[in-house]
Amino acid sequence: MAVAKKQQELVVTVSPHIRSEETVSKIMWTVSISLMPAFIMGVYYFGPKALLVTALCIVSALFSEWLVEKMAGREITISDGSAFLTGLLLGMNMPASAPFYIPLISSFVAVAITKQLFGGLGYNIFNPALVGRAFALITWPRAMTTWIEPTAAFVGMDAKTTATPLGILKEEGMHKLLEVFGDKMSLYTQLLVGHKAGSLGEVSVIAILIGAAFLLYKRYITWHIPVSYLATVAVIAWVFGGKEGLFTGDPLVHLLSGGLMLGAWYMATDYVTCPSVRKGQIVFGIGCGFLTMLIRLKAGYPEGVMFAILLMNCFTPLIDRNLKSKVFGARKEAGK
Amino acid sequence: MEVPEEKISYLQLIKNGVFKENTIFRLVISLCPSIAVTTSIKNGFLLGIAVLFVQTMVNTTVGLLRNFIHPRIRIPIFMLIISGWVSVVDMLMAAYARETYKEIGLYIQIIVAFASILARAEMFASKHRVDYSFFDGFGSGLGFLIALVIISFFRELLGKGTLLGYSIVHAKPLLIMVMPTGGFLVVGLLMGFFNWIDMRFYGGKGAGGAGGH
Repeated sequence: MAVAKKQQELVVTVSPHIRSEETVSKIMWTVSISLMPAFIMGVYYFGPKALLVTALCIVSALFSEWLVEKMAGREITISDGSAFLTGLLLGMNMPASAPFYIPLISSFVAVAITKQLFGGLGYNIFNPALVGRAFALITWPRAMTTWIEPTAAFVGMDAKTTATPLGILKEEGMHKLLEVFGDKMSLYTQLLVGHKAGSLGEVSVIAILIGAAFLLYKRYITWHIPVSYLATVAVIAWVFGGKEGLFTGDPLVHLLSGGLMLGAWYMATDYVTCPSVRKGQIVFGIGCGFLTMLIRLKAGYPEGVMFAILLMNCFTPLIDRNLKSKVFGARKEAGK
Repeated sequence: MEVPEEKISYLQLIKNGVFKENTIFRLVISLCPSIAVTTSIKNGFLLGIAVLFVQTMVNTTVGLLRNFIHPRIRIPIFMLIISGWVSVVDMLMAAYARETYKEIGLYIQIIVAFASILARAEMFASKHRVDYSFFDGFGSGLGFLIALVIISFFRELLGKGTLLGYSIVHAKPLLIMVMPTGGFLVVGLLMGFFNWIDMRFYGGKGAGGAGGH
């Protein structure tokens, strides 16, 4: 080791000479760790089944990654954390009551088809975890929209099924939501803490925000996409969300419910599938927000975060190409 | 006008249509029907038969008439020939296979617009002798038929859990497979699989090509 170090001191190389400590695998594992508060809240509310669903997702993701890389003769990269993170995110996007084959199959679709068949890490067009979830939602619509009530009890009783806040809001309106949750204040608190039905990792907004703050502090994500995303959702919810006319909607309910927080902070900011230009990231966020609210207010599904982000993923290359900053001093080519 | 042609073996022409220039997996045209009708083997097979018949007859007719068709107006003439033969199939099916006709009748009429049929007429039949054109059309139609059956095999098995209408798998089927999304998935994966076979065992470079409908 010492000899190798000595030799390295004498090696002359071309730039870059100063390298960042960050590696793909370090970032992936840090993001996974930052998801832990939200995940623990999910397990707390939905019991050991939540743990099982996520574990199945992760195992299947790692296995799919290994299988395809083995078959394609690529380098095996299951330890770099990206498949683990995909599995974890997918698991957190599942209802805790999902039967065992749903995590297994959709995790395979997420990693093997969405990521590996497009060329592996860095080459995928769509966010793998979201494609896995979209696949599951289309394939098993009943099972993927059966939500169990949060109980915070680790006993093996049969869970009661119920509707998500967004489902209630869509089907019956705000008054029913207040009926279920009590008054406005208690509604906001319960949405924030996570005492509501939903995918197991998306329920606790406060835990997601803690994780996201950590990522912001580490500078693994920037504010551009999440903030523009959330702001767009809030504005549209305020203007068009109300039943009594314009400007009567309740933006806080829309911000705090559904998969919006998890989507905005963790899914939309995926390095591979979001624009890398800052201006483009804001456009991306606004687009996601617009599509999310379009689906929530006008389309058949109560929640639209997943489809909104997937649709905007398609536009990422276009946004990047059109908004990239000018090379300083470059002249316009003649005829252009 | 008549150019002396080199000899091509009939078998070679059929093999070419089925493997080397397979309409769906190699030329990547006529994807629209390959996704629309392949939710069950029966429908896939019947549309494949209809296409096989139309393709063969169109190629034969074009091969016969090619010296009388003015190059400038060849496309309209080809279209007339194609729609003529499609009408024949359409009426035959309406008369003798009413049940199936109700299910896939629309797609039978739409064979007129299949890129594959016009492509074979333009690329091959208008330049070759009638017997060669016949076998080229037959091979190409056969390739299309086989592709449709393979695609619909997987989609029916995974999407409905049945084969030819008989229940095979008793697990919950994957609903996505009978939707267009699943169709694209199956076509893409099969295309990749055949490319892989081609590259691994025959030293090919894989298919490329622009899509059509």
